[in-house]
Amino acid sequence: MIAIIDYGMGNLRSVEKAFQFLGFTAQIIERPALAADASHLVLPGDAAFGDAMRNLREGGWVEPIQRGIEAGKPFLGICVGLQLMFEESEEMGIHQGLGLLPGRCTRFPAVERVPQIGWNQIDIQRKTPLLEGVPTGSFFYFVHSYYVANEREDDCIATTDYGLDYTSVAGRDGLYGVQFHPEKSQDRGLRILKNFAQTG
Amino acid sequence: MLAKRIIPCLDVKNGRNVRGVRFSADRDAGDPVELASRYDREGADELVFYDITASSDGRAIVMDLVRQVSEQVFIPLTVGGGIRTFEDVRTILKSGADKVSINSAHVRTPEIINQSAESFGSQCIVGAIDALRKPVAAGEPPAWEIYVNGGRTATGIDALEWVEELVGRGAGELVLNSIDADGTRQGYDLELNREVAQRVQVPIVASGGAGNMEHIYDVLTEGEASAALAASIFHFQQHSIPEVKDYLAQRGVVVRL
Repeated sequence: MIAIIDYGMGNLRSVEKAFQFLGFTAQIIERPALAADASHLVLPGDAAFGDAMRNLREGGWVEPIQRGIEAGKPFLGICVGLQLMFEESEEMGIHQGLGLLPGRCTRFPAVERVPQIGWNQIDIQRKTPLLEGVPTGSFFYFVHSYYVANEREDDCIATTDYGLDYTSVAGRDGLYGVQFHPEKSQDRGLRILKNFAQTG
Repeated sequence: MLAKRIIPCLDVKNGRNVRGVRFSADRDAGDPVELASRYDREGADELVFYDITASSDGRAIVMDLVRQVSEQVFIPLTVGGGIRTFEDVRTILKSGADKVSINSAHVRTPEIINQSAESFGSQCIVGAIDALRKPVAAGEPPAWEIYVNGGRTATGIDALEWVEELVGRGAGELVLNSIDADGTRQGYDLELNREVAQRVQVPIVASGGAGNMEHIYDVLTEGEASAALAASIFHFQQHSIPEVKDYLAQRGVVVRL
C-alpha cells in the first residue's frame, strides 16, 4: 500500500486518485501508526514550510517517516514535501526541516514572477529509476516561491531554470523529492508516480 | 523556461457549459465533463470552471463536475463564481479543485483573501477582478474601476490600487477580466494587463476578449500576461489548443507542446 501522509496540508485526494488511476493501491493515512503497514511513503503538501513542519511534528509523523526510510521504504516528497526533506527553510523565519538531506530552502530572487506558477522543464543531471522513460526537457506543473539551495551536488537529480538553475528533483537511494506536482502534470507526471510505485 | 499558459474557461450554468457576451450568458456550448476531457487531451495547461448560477444548487453541480473531471484529468483545476465565504473556499478545495478564484467577495470582505491564503497557501488563492475602463482626459494615465455582481455594480474602487491590495493580502495569482472586452472577440485589454503586471510580482492571467490567435499572442507578449484564459474561441472549435500553441511557438513564445 502506498501511504499518502495526511498532516492537514494540501490537495491529497489528487495524489491518491493519480495512483489509483494507474492501478496501484494508495491510501491517505491520517494516523502515524498506519505508516508501518505501508510499502511506500508519500509526503505531499502545499503550505508554508513552518506550518507544514509544525503539523508533521505535532501529528507525530517525524519518527514514523524516519523509521520507514531506515527500513528501506521508498519515499517521495512533493512540492513542500520535497523542501521538508532538507535541513531548513527561510520561509517566514528560519524553520528546521526533516534533515533527510543537507540543504536549505530560500526564496526566488525577484528576477522572475514569484510564485512561479505553471509548466516548466527539467534538465536531467543523472539517471535514476524515478525518471525512467521521462526525457530531459519534459514539462511539469510547478507552484512555489522557495527552492532548495546549498544541497549536495550528488543529491541533485534534475534542475529547472527559473531566473537561475535550481534542483527540481532531488534524492538518493530510495529517497526522492520533486518540486513540481506529478499528479497535476498529465502523462509525464503519471509516469513518475508509476516509476515510484514500482521501486523498492 | 516557464511556459506561457493557455487556459480554457468553462462557464457552467445548471450543469451545462454556456458562453456569454458582455457578461450575459446565452449560447449552450455543451457538456462540461466532455469538454474538459477534450481540452485535457489537446494539451490545455489548466482548466477553469466558472459557476455563473452562483446559487447553492449551482455550486453543488460545479462541485460534482470537478469531482468527475478530477478522476480522469491530471492538470490543475480552478473553480470560480459566486464564492462568498471562507467556508465556500474550503468546500471547493475539498472537492478536488487546486485553486479557487475569488471575485466580488474580496471587495465586500477583503479578509477572505488573508484567511484563505493563511489556511491553504497563496498558491491556491486567485484574486479575480472585473474591470471597466474609466474615462480619462487626454494625456492622463489609463484607469479602470472594479465592478461586482457579474459586472453589474460599480464599486468606485480603482483597479490598479486594488490589485496591490489583493497581492498584499495573499493572492498568489490574479485574473483580470476586462468588462469592455468580454465576449466581443476584439482582443484582450492589453493595457490593463501590462499596467497590472508592472505593479505586482505575481503571475497575471488575462481574461475576456479573445477572438483569434493573434489576440492571445498580443496579451502574452505586449500585455505581459503569464497566461491567457479563453472560452468561445475553443468551445466552438474555431481554433484547437494545439493550433494556438503551434502558432505561439512559431512566433517565439515558450509554450508546452
